[in-house]
Amino acid sequence: MEITKEIQILMLERMWTIRNFEEKVIEVHEGGEFVGPAHPYIGEEAVAVGVCLALKDSDYIAGNHRSHGHPLAKGGSIKKAMAEIYGRVDGYCKGKGGSMHLADFSVGILGESGIVGSSVPVATGAGLASKMGKKDFVSVVFFGDGASNQGACHESMNLASIWKLPVIFVCENNQYAITNSYENSVAVDNVSDRAVAYNMPGILVDGQNAEAMYEATSEAVKRARNGEGPTLIEGLTYRFEEHSLGLGKIRRGEYRDQEEIDKWKQRDPLDIHTKKLIERGILSESDCKEIESNSKAEIEEAVNFARNSAFPGPEDLFEGMWANPIPKP
Amino acid sequence: MTEKIFADAINEAIAEEMRRDPSVFIMGEDIRLSIYGATKNLYKEFGEERVLDTPLSENGFFGAAIGASLVGMRPIVETVTSFMWVAMDQLISQAAKMRYMFGGQATLPVVYRASMAYGSGSAAHHSDRNYPMFMNMPGLKIAVPATSADAKGLLKTAIRDDDPVIIFEDTNLMGTRGEVSDEEIPFGKAEIIREGNDCTIVGIAGSVKLALDAANNLEKEGISCEVINPRTLVPLDKQSILSSVEKTGRLVIADPAHKVCSAASEISSIVAEEGFWFLQSPIIKVASEQVHIPYSPSLEKLVYPNVDKISSAVKKTME
Repeated sequence: MEITKEIQILMLERMWTIRNFEEKVIEVHEGGEFVGPAHPYIGEEAVAVGVCLALKDSDYIAGNHRSHGHPLAKGGSIKKAMAEIYGRVDGYCKGKGGSMHLADFSVGILGESGIVGSSVPVATGAGLASKMGKKDFVSVVFFGDGASNQGACHESMNLASIWKLPVIFVCENNQYAITNSYENSVAVDNVSDRAVAYNMPGILVDGQNAEAMYEATSEAVKRARNGEGPTLIEGLTYRFEEHSLGLGKIRRGEYRDQEEIDKWKQRDPLDIHTKKLIERGILSESDCKEIESNSKAEIEEAVNFARNSAFPGPEDLFEGMWANPIPKP
Repeated sequence: MTEKIFADAINEAIAEEMRRDPSVFIMGEDIRLSIYGATKNLYKEFGEERVLDTPLSENGFFGAAIGASLVGMRPIVETVTSFMWVAMDQLISQAAKMRYMFGGQATLPVVYRASMAYGSGSAAHHSDRNYPMFMNMPGLKIAVPATSADAKGLLKTAIRDDDPVIIFEDTNLMGTRGEVSDEEIPFGKAEIIREGNDCTIVGIAGSVKLALDAANNLEKEGISCEVINPRTLVPLDKQSILSSVEKTGRLVIADPAHKVCSAASEISSIVAEEGFWFLQSPIIKVASEQVHIPYSPSLEKLVYPNVDKISSAVKKTME
C-alpha cells in the first residue's frame, strides 16, 4: 500500500520521540529524579508508531505497564508525559498515575494498566460502545506475549468476535514476560495463531518495521469500520532494555544471552526506517540527524517542564476520586 | 405511589431509565429470558442491541462495561455476587481505581447489579454477601436496597450517577411487596424505618426486615427500638446512625455478611470513635458466623442473623 511521505517522516519523528524520551527516563531515573518502576519501550517503537499513525484522532487506544510509547505515538503531550513520570501536577494524571498509568485521555487513550492483560476487556468495551452507538471509531489495545496468556485476553477476543466489534488486538511480542521466554510460556508457535480460535484474522507482522505495522493496522481498521469485526495483529519485536527500572539488575545471561540481544539490535526499528527514507530520497542523512536532534531538544524541554512543575500537595490527595463526590468516611 | 414486588421495582427502574436515556443498556447472563426475574420484558421492548446476553466471561464483560462507560454509554451489568470473584480484576483494578489513577480524566457511569442469594440451600459457591470487601476499596459506591422503594429508587440514582456503583440485591426480598415512587432515592441518606427510644438497630439489606420484625416483637415486651436502613454503605449516612444512638444509647447491627470486617464492623467502629459517650452498653454485631455457607438446611440456618438473634442482642444491651 502507498504510505504518504508525510506519514513516513512522521514515523521517524515519533519513533525518535519515544527513543529519546525513554533514554532520558533511564538517565534521570539513574540520577534519582523519580521514584518507582518504569518499563522502557526501547526497541519496540515501530509497533506503537506504525499502529497509531494508521488511526484517526477519534479512535481509542489502551495500553499496559510498558506504555510510555503509546501516548507519544498517538500524539499526546511529551511535556505532560514527562511531568507525570516526575509525579507532578502538570502530568497527564496530575501525578496520580505515574509511569505505568501514562494516559492522555485528550488524544483518545482509555488508560494504561499496570495489571497485565487488564486493559483488554476495557478496550473491547469501547468497541462495543462504538457499535451500539453506530459510531465510526475503532478501539485498539496493546498487550504483550505475557498478557496473551491471561483469561482477560481470551474472554475479550471471544466477545469481540461474537459481537463483531471494531477492536484491534495488538500483541507486542517482545519475547519475554520479565524473564520467562515466549517459548516457555506460549503453547503455539505464534500468538497470532490463536486468532483461529476466535474466528478472526491473525496477522503476524515484523514489529521492527513501522510500515509493516502501519499496513497491517490499516487493513484491520478498514475491516473494523466496515463492520467486519476484530483482528489480532502480532508484532514480533524485542525489548532492548531490562524489564523495569528500579527492579534491581536482572543478570542478562540467566535468561537471555548477549548474542541474542546484539542480533536484535541489528534490527533497530529506527535504523530500518531511517535507511528506507534515505534510500527513497525522501530525507537526506542530515535531515534524519536533524529529526533526531530536534527530538532530543524537545525531550530536554519536557524534562525542564517536569522539573519545574510542582508536586501535588495535601489538598490534592482526594482530588479525582469521584465524578459525583461523596463525603469522606 | 403504587405497590410493587421488589423484583418488579428493579425491572421498572431499568425500563424507565432505558426509555429516558438511549445510552443506558443492560448486559449479563441469561437476561433476555430473565431467569432471575428482574429483566423480564426488556428484550421484548428494547431488542438485542440494548439487552445483551453475554457468554460466561465475567472478567471480560465486566471490563467491557467499563470500556463502554468510558466512551459515553451507561451500562448496567446483571450478575450474581459469587461471580464477582471471577471478575475481581476488572472491578478493582479498573472500575474502582481508574478515575483516581488517571487524575480524574476517566468517568465511568457503570452499574453492577449483584444478586445476593443466601438462605436457600445454594451452598458455599452461590451464597456470597460480599459488600464489605468492596467497602474496603475506595472508588466504588455501594447500595444495599432493603425495600421495593429502595430497589427502584436507588437503582435509578445509580444509573444516573457518574461513578461506578454496585447494588447488592438480596434475593430474600425479591418477592416482598412495598410502595414505590417514581423518584430517585439519593445516596448517603439513611431511612429511619421505625422510631424508638431504647435501642437503635441498623439493618443491612434483608436484615432490615428482620430488624423490623424483632422491633415489633420487642415492642410487646415494652422495649422501643429505632430501626435504620442505611440504603447505601458507600456513602454511609453516619450522622443518622450517630443521632439515633445519641437518642437511644444502645446499638445493635444486623448484617448478613460474615462478621469479621463486615459492614457491622465499620458501623461499630464509627460509633465507637465518634459516639462513644452516647453509649450506655457495648455495641452488638449480629452478623453471619465466620464459616462457609453449609448446604444442609439444618446448618445453614445457624449462620445468618435472624429475628431471635437480633431480639436477644437488643435485650442484652438493655441488661
